[in-house]
Amino acid sequence: MKTEKPRWSAARAEEIEALRRRYPTDHALLLPVLWMAQRDFGWISHEVMELAAETCRTSPAHVYSLATFYTMFELEKPIRYHIQVCNNLSCSLTGSEGILAHLEKRLGIRAGEATADGRFRLTAVECLASCGTGPAMQVNDAYYENLTLETVDALLEEWMK
Amino acid sequence: MVNPDSHALVSARAAGAYRASAKALAEEPEEIVRLVKDSGLRGRGGAGFPTGLKWTFLPKNRDATYLCVNADESEPGTFKDRLILEKDPHLLIEGIVIACHAIRCAHAYLYIRGEFCLPYERIRAAAAEAYAAGLLGPNAGGSGQPIDLTIHRGAGAYICGEETALLNSIEGKKGQPRMKPPFPTNVGLFGKPTVINNVETLANLPFIVENGPDAYRAIGTEKSPGTRLMSVSGHIEKPGVYEVAHGVPMRGLIEDLAGGVRGGRKLKALIPGGSSTPVLTAEEAYAVNVDFESVQATGSMLGSGGCIVMDETTDMVWALDKLAHFYAHESCGQCTPCREGSGWIAEIVQKIAAGNGTRKDLEKLESLAAQIVGNTICVFSDALAMPVVSHVTKFRAEFEAHLADRASSSAAP
Ligand SMILES: Cc1cc2nc3c(=O)[nH]c(=O)nc-3n(C[C@H](O)[C@H](O)[C@H](O)COP(=O)(O)O)c2cc1C
Ligand code: SF4
Repeated sequence: MKTEKPRWSAARAEEIEALRRRYPTDHALLLPVLWMAQRDFGWISHEVMELAAETCRTSPAHVYSLATFYTMFELEKPIRYHIQVCNNLSCSLTGSEGILAHLEKRLGIRAGEATADGRFRLTAVECLASCGTGPAMQVNDAYYENLTLETVDALLEEWMK
Repeated sequence: MVNPDSHALVSARAAGAYRASAKALAEEPEEIVRLVKDSGLRGRGGAGFPTGLKWTFLPKNRDATYLCVNADESEPGTFKDRLILEKDPHLLIEGIVIACHAIRCAHAYLYIRGEFCLPYERIRAAAAEAYAAGLLGPNAGGSGQPIDLTIHRGAGAYICGEETALLNSIEGKKGQPRMKPPFPTNVGLFGKPTVINNVETLANLPFIVENGPDAYRAIGTEKSPGTRLMSVSGHIEKPGVYEVAHGVPMRGLIEDLAGGVRGGRKLKALIPGGSSTPVLTAEEAYAVNVDFESVQATGSMLGSGGCIVMDETTDMVWALDKLAHFYAHESCGQCTPCREGSGWIAEIVQKIAAGNGTRKDLEKLESLAAQIVGNTICVFSDALAMPVVSHVTKFRAEFEAHLADRASSSAAP
């Protein structure tokens, strides 16, 4: 299957040029550019890595090494809801294990998997700096804190509509 | 009353923001460095290094200098910088302006952890307001000097909080620590002399400039002046961030401010300064004060002030399992002892937690922890070894009770 080569919109290209002036090297643009790419194209495909490499005047191999080093870059087709439950000590002390198990049961998947319809992915992640408001999870760009099984169910209800 | 718009410039201004930075910009940079040195301000990112002293390590003759603001806040148990970024970003920006003037930096980079979405929005909006008001920009605060602030978002990697990993990450490389020396004050961001300071550290500067070092020293203890933002989490009635004067008893913080252990239960253990600091027994925790030197005297550290409370029902092997898993996941992989050791340690702790470990495994755990310290590029390996050693030493009976061969081992003479 042939995918179309990704390109920046004119507004985005302008934004990138403005940002370029804030860094003494093109290389330093890589993280911001990968974030923009993830926003614009939904995920970081190999084609997107090539575009980022071109923009930052580096090699696709280097972009690949970055995209795989940092955990927040999506290297697979976008998932509607990426549910990331904190698995670290403070959240565990306040019950995150139960929250994760409940989500696994409700979604019919294990942590690390996605649902067959591609709508949900469940991940156990490390500290979200929500230790005082645990158990906590991040779903896409939003934090959900002080979770209970009931609030999780209410959220799922909403998202499964 | 909590002001829901505390992050906005009008609210910050009404509360006196940017008075101190105006005062600072009218002074010679050396004078600000002197004030900060005299105040005794110590870094809040973990190591507690004196801030003013760090600044004086910059070479005298230099063409460019950078300030990197460490807003990575990834140490489990720590969530205080998030509060500043979300609720009072202008306090931080004012601190950045003061620091930039003091070290003659024209361009600061703020590195914020990728997961921080709301804090990222808030600090970006605050920076935009500060630019629009001329507080940042080519003529910052009307001083005639440029002070730029670029906000750089991380993308998920605990190790980027380590200062040299943070530099690499801004430069568009994998966030892996660099060998030291050279220290960043000599060769830092883009090869230039660079100061890296934590968010809370910089947020202390407006008070120091406005009120002077003596007023700052009047709070706290001799070696730990000022106040401290303590993040309190775990089995506690009222989790949250509490600002206390250095030197207050830990018991007061836990029992009075944070409402005591949840459900009226007894305290079993407490991690005083973020997950990498050695765990304290209840007895040790109740006897210690909240300041660098008191906590250090127990063999632990105040670190980033991330206080994790564990009650009497906590299985300490389970707790260490959580922590070991974290370190195995977050090792950047450059050094063999850390990369292999962290995975090995996590595996053994899990085995013991599952009741399949043996006495030999427990011994191996201790010997591995001892071997990785000091043999690596950065102190991540210490951050992993310290919780392992303290958990196993202080709660040994619990580890032994989990061993599969405990019957035979307890029968041994
Ligand atoms: C593994 C590791 C992780 C760290 N994470 C952070 C962090 O998230 N935030 C932070 O401010 N400092 C962190 N530090 C400490 C920084 O390296 C550095 O000492 C600090 O930002 C300096 O600022 P300060 O002098 O104002 O404390 C970390 C250090 C290590 C070794
Ligand atoms: S000690 Fe660990 S985290 Fe630090 S540089 Fe070595 S491998 Fe990376």
